[in-house]
Amino acid sequence: MSIWASASQDGRSLTINIEGRFDFSAHQDFRESYEKTDAEPDEYCVDMKQTSYLDSSALGMLLLLRDHAGGDSAKIKIVNCNADVRKILTISNFEQLFTIQ
Amino acid sequence: MSQYKVLVADDNASDRLILSTILRKQGHLVVQAANGQEAVDLFDAEKPHLVLLDALMPVMDGFEAARLIKRLAGEDLIPIIFLTSLKDAASLAKCLDAGGDDFLSKPYNRVILEAKINATQRMRQMHETLQKQRDQIAENNTYMLQEQRVAKAVFDNVAHSGCLDSPIIKHLLSPLAVFNGDVLLAAHKPSGGMHILLGDFTGHGLPAAIGAMPLAEIFYGMTVKGFGMTDILREINMKLKSILPVGVFCCAGMVDISFWKRTISVWLGGLPNCYLLRQNGERIELASNHLPVGVVDHRAFDDNCYQYNMEPGDRFYLWSDGIHEARNDLDEMYGEERLEALFDHTEDHDLLFDRINDDVNEHIKNSAPDDDITMLEVLMVDESEIREEQMVVKMGAVSGPTDWSMSYKLGPTTLRDFNPLPLLLHQLLEVPGLRPHSGTLYTLLAEMFSNALEHGVMRLSSDLKVDPMGFAKYYQMRQEGLDNLTAGFVEFCFEHTPTAEGGSLLMRVIDSGSGFDYGDDGVVKAGDGNFHGRGLRLVASLCKYARHRGAGNQFEALFEWQREI
Repeated sequence: MSIWASASQDGRSLTINIEGRFDFSAHQDFRESYEKTDAEPDEYCVDMKQTSYLDSSALGMLLLLRDHAGGDSAKIKIVNCNADVRKILTISNFEQLFTIQ
Repeated sequence: MSQYKVLVADDNASDRLILSTILRKQGHLVVQAANGQEAVDLFDAEKPHLVLLDALMPVMDGFEAARLIKRLAGEDLIPIIFLTSLKDAASLAKCLDAGGDDFLSKPYNRVILEAKINATQRMRQMHETLQKQRDQIAENNTYMLQEQRVAKAVFDNVAHSGCLDSPIIKHLLSPLAVFNGDVLLAAHKPSGGMHILLGDFTGHGLPAAIGAMPLAEIFYGMTVKGFGMTDILREINMKLKSILPVGVFCCAGMVDISFWKRTISVWLGGLPNCYLLRQNGERIELASNHLPVGVVDHRAFDDNCYQYNMEPGDRFYLWSDGIHEARNDLDEMYGEERLEALFDHTEDHDLLFDRINDDVNEHIKNSAPDDDITMLEVLMVDESEIREEQMVVKMGAVSGPTDWSMSYKLGPTTLRDFNPLPLLLHQLLEVPGLRPHSGTLYTLLAEMFSNALEHGVMRLSSDLKVDPMGFAKYYQMRQEGLDNLTAGFVEFCFEHTPTAEGGSLLMRVIDSGSGFDYGDDGVVKAGDGNFHGRGLRLVASLCKYARHRGAGNQFEALFEWQREI
């Protein structure tokens, strides 16, 4: 499992990549990925291309990111989910809170 | 100096003696003949390396003898040098015409004689080497073809098998080599429905064919055990990635059809655009949106699929790039436009497959095909039409454990550093009907386990998790709690029962905690909520029902699965 973030050139957007299992063991790394950045992004992108699994604590972490990014005004995209991950996001109704692509 | 056996034929005894003496002095063995007939007879008996023939001799002259000797020698090159006192060009030419390789004028010059012997022997040896190499190549080729025939028989059994002969499938495979790199597989799923895979390995021949073996084995092995399409693709990708050299991979498309739900799921990696053709003529084009299998490692593998409804009479077309790239004698590719035109202008969809086949063959009739042409059409039919065919498969797969129960209790030492989920999941997947749900089952087990462990055994409060600091604190406490765990347990109880539609799995997780007051009936409802309790609501939304029980230290969920036919 590893998590890394990269800001766009203008610093307006931050992409967080999550590799492997996204569960409670990731909470520290996930939080640091958006807190310990110099960028002040307007929008976030969580790239799940390499995420194999996601549990309910990961859902909690996504909600914390949403809070960090401004709550209801947060702009967060979750992209490249595999079928299993997508299913969990869907049944948790996360489509109402995030842009899932 | 090399020693050769030389046949000398001359009717003049003194000339013969002189020549023989020179040859012996030069270290050669000499066989003597007094006329052409004797020369021919001795040639047969003695097998000399070189023949020196006087042109004019009684009984049979040198020209006739040369012709007979050449015939006897067959494929072997035995040089013939004519001995002649004739000087005119026509006579000398006649010597060569009769099969002579050179001529030597009388009286003999021993230096020239030796040089000519060496020159013709070099020729003979070169010829001999060529013959040996040719024979070796021919033998190797025979051997290789024999090997390929046996291997192809195995390959065909493996790579083009399953239920390809089903009445709803039309397929075309044109082998470019003895082997081709194309694989076409189809299998009934134990839960009803069908899996189809079309693969095109890079390259041709043995290197391309060899990857087909594990691919087919995984495809059939996992399909019959009830695994879902994405699990199978992941497994195939992982296997091919680990065994194939970089640069060899498999462009593939896989289709999962449900006749019961009338749906199709399609995964496309590196194949040309495929078509879904509605009965009303509407054509939906599906583009490959994934890398071929065997390219990226399993973490980067993307298993997103296209999903479509299909009504009876709708058809799906899948092909390798062989059709699009089939070239005619003007080097023009068949291309997508021709294909689209056929689709647009064929009213009777029953004829379409054969039309495409004919049209492509017409296109390439004057040129050698340069890629394998593989194509498949599958027709959606009403479930009842395919039921009989599927029953045969299903009979085998329904067996397996259906009525059983088990419990598994983990004490504190085990809870500290052992993850029981893979083991439990493995046990549950012994039920063929549960295999397509492995992802869901894992989620259910994981959520129920962490709920029991964190809130029951360790009594952590979810209230902590409302802010980032609390979140971190929560998991820090979780780790500390685990490290120091000396008491408590989590117990899993499973009960599987067969039902008319499939089966049901009752899961109960009991923890050593003191529980809590869950109020009325303890039923957990799906739907949104706050930060905590999300795990159990997730369980609830994946199950028939989920509820707290007992003193609140038990959680129970019922998962049901249905046969597709």
